[in-house]
Amino acid sequence: MLDSDVFHSFRRNPVVVVSAVVTAVFVLAALLAPWITPYHPYDLASLDLNDAFTPPAWTEDGSRRFLLGTDDQGRDVLSTIVFGARVSLLVGFCAVLFAMTVGITLGLVSGYVGGAVESVIMRVADVQLTFPGILIALLIDGLARTALPRDLHSEIALYVVIFAIGIANWPQFARTVRGSTLVEKSKEYVQAARVIGLHPGLIMLRHVLPNVMGPVLVIATLSLGFAILAEATLSFLGVGVPPTRPSLGTLIRVGNDFLFSGEWWMTIFPGAALIVLVLAVNLLGDWLRDALNPKLR
Amino acid sequence: MIAFVVQRLLQSVLVMLAVAFISFALFRYIGDPVLIMLGQDFTREQYEMLVRDLGLDQPFYVQFAKFVVSAVQGEFGISYRLARPVAQLIAERLPATLELSMMAALLALTIGVPMGVYTGLRRDSWLSRFFLTISLVGVSLPTFLIGILLILVFAVQLGVLPSFGRGDVVKFGSWSTGFLTTSGLKALVLPAVTLCLFQLTLIMRLVRSEMLEVLRTDYIKFARARGLQNRAVNFGHALKNTLVPVITITGLQIGGIIAFAIVTETVFQWPGMGLLFIQSVNNADVPVMAAYLLLVGFFFVVINLVVDLLYYVVDPRLRIDRGAASGH
Repeated sequence: MLDSDVFHSFRRNPVVVVSAVVTAVFVLAALLAPWITPYHPYDLASLDLNDAFTPPAWTEDGSRRFLLGTDDQGRDVLSTIVFGARVSLLVGFCAVLFAMTVGITLGLVSGYVGGAVESVIMRVADVQLTFPGILIALLIDGLARTALPRDLHSEIALYVVIFAIGIANWPQFARTVRGSTLVEKSKEYVQAARVIGLHPGLIMLRHVLPNVMGPVLVIATLSLGFAILAEATLSFLGVGVPPTRPSLGTLIRVGNDFLFSGEWWMTIFPGAALIVLVLAVNLLGDWLRDALNPKLR
Repeated sequence: MIAFVVQRLLQSVLVMLAVAFISFALFRYIGDPVLIMLGQDFTREQYEMLVRDLGLDQPFYVQFAKFVVSAVQGEFGISYRLARPVAQLIAERLPATLELSMMAALLALTIGVPMGVYTGLRRDSWLSRFFLTISLVGVSLPTFLIGILLILVFAVQLGVLPSFGRGDVVKFGSWSTGFLTTSGLKALVLPAVTLCLFQLTLIMRLVRSEMLEVLRTDYIKFARARGLQNRAVNFGHALKNTLVPVITITGLQIGGIIAFAIVTETVFQWPGMGLLFIQSVNNADVPVMAAYLLLVGFFFVVINLVVDLLYYVVDPRLRIDRGAASGH
């Protein structure tokens, strides 16, 4: 994967280096959130309603204690953003991982086995691709919300969102993996593995899979941007992650209620964080696609 | 050709049945409609009588068939939340969504195509680079944030445009339009711009890459060699040949507009179907959800069918490719 060609094109491209750094900073901040944020925003003991609606530090009424101001509950906006990015990235990564697992499995099976199995899987993928992903995620999330009892749902809401976004995303993985599997299947090493009597499952996993992973990584990066945006959109619409664990989208939704009364920082800063994160991930994905595609090089 | 059409039609019917099935399962098995209709006090007899009246004691497939028949006739039951027929609710909100979507699609086309042509012809001008950079940012900006930013600038800071609702509407029978009043037109501006931005960048990038492709072909070189004016070559020969994919993608993007209309309508409290849907999801208003699901499924299936057929009819070169592609 990390051959010198790819690495070279990485170093030559300043935009990509910046994107990589930004993404890394977000991931690190999200991982270390409880240790690096100035306040723990969801620790009720440390909240003081007298601090509510403090504007950012550089404005007239700002306070040194809160760099990006506070929200309606007196939480430090910077801390809520870091904790929000934690939820956004968690959902994004898990959703892509889920989509990848389902997509790779179905793609491998349909490419390797062929026949009726292949037609059914690929037809379903085709049909699903004609619907926008965000609509599918919204429908699944909405259905789960209606179908599950309220208590149970708020408990597993996070998993429901991951499932919904993951399901909306699997066809791209399945299609790509199937395509590459068809190519690999006819190569000699696969035939040799078959001749010595290996189990088809073992051939798919140990021999075909490692050779189809390149394009999968590109799609995974591009899907991560989509997944983060989808989660933010769902949470903004009020159907995403539970309010007890707000993501960037939830923060924007809450802040939006105060836009007219002038507390712009509650919306703008989480919004900016979301844009920067998604833009960085998308730029990385674009670059990875071009770098790994010999036709464009 | 006939085989292709029949195959596509069959597939559409299958997809529609699958959507209807999900919609029916939702309608029938989530919550007990009988309990909801009876309210607080009722006897065992009343309960059983209503079950019989509604046909809920009949086998599953009979119920499903009935559901499909009444859905085809536009009968979707009564909204739990608003206690009014769902068909009526949707009919009231359909014009708002359609006007918004049409406006957005129109904006995306009339701005996106010229921008795409320009960036395709003048690849290295600074304006082209600027457009391309903007479009990359546009793709990464979530629709709801664009809406919020526009509200912040034009409604909160400048105070020149309204931030929510449709303004005054004029009624024509069951259709209500915002096109005929100043406040209606003003209210349309921000939501339409929000909704069109993503499609606009998509169309621009598509037209650009198609133009670049076409400009490399032999017949363009030949047209130039014949001494035709640039204008004639660029617009008469090149642009014309880029339009087939643009038409198809635009057709398919109507689906995207419907999906993102949900988001836009929520941001701007636009009284359309998308807002109705989100409110139903938040209130577990199952009949409205089921009806919306069916309706959107129907839109998508019809759009895809039309686009597929158009593809086939408009560009004869594709017929061979298509035949080969569906062969494996």
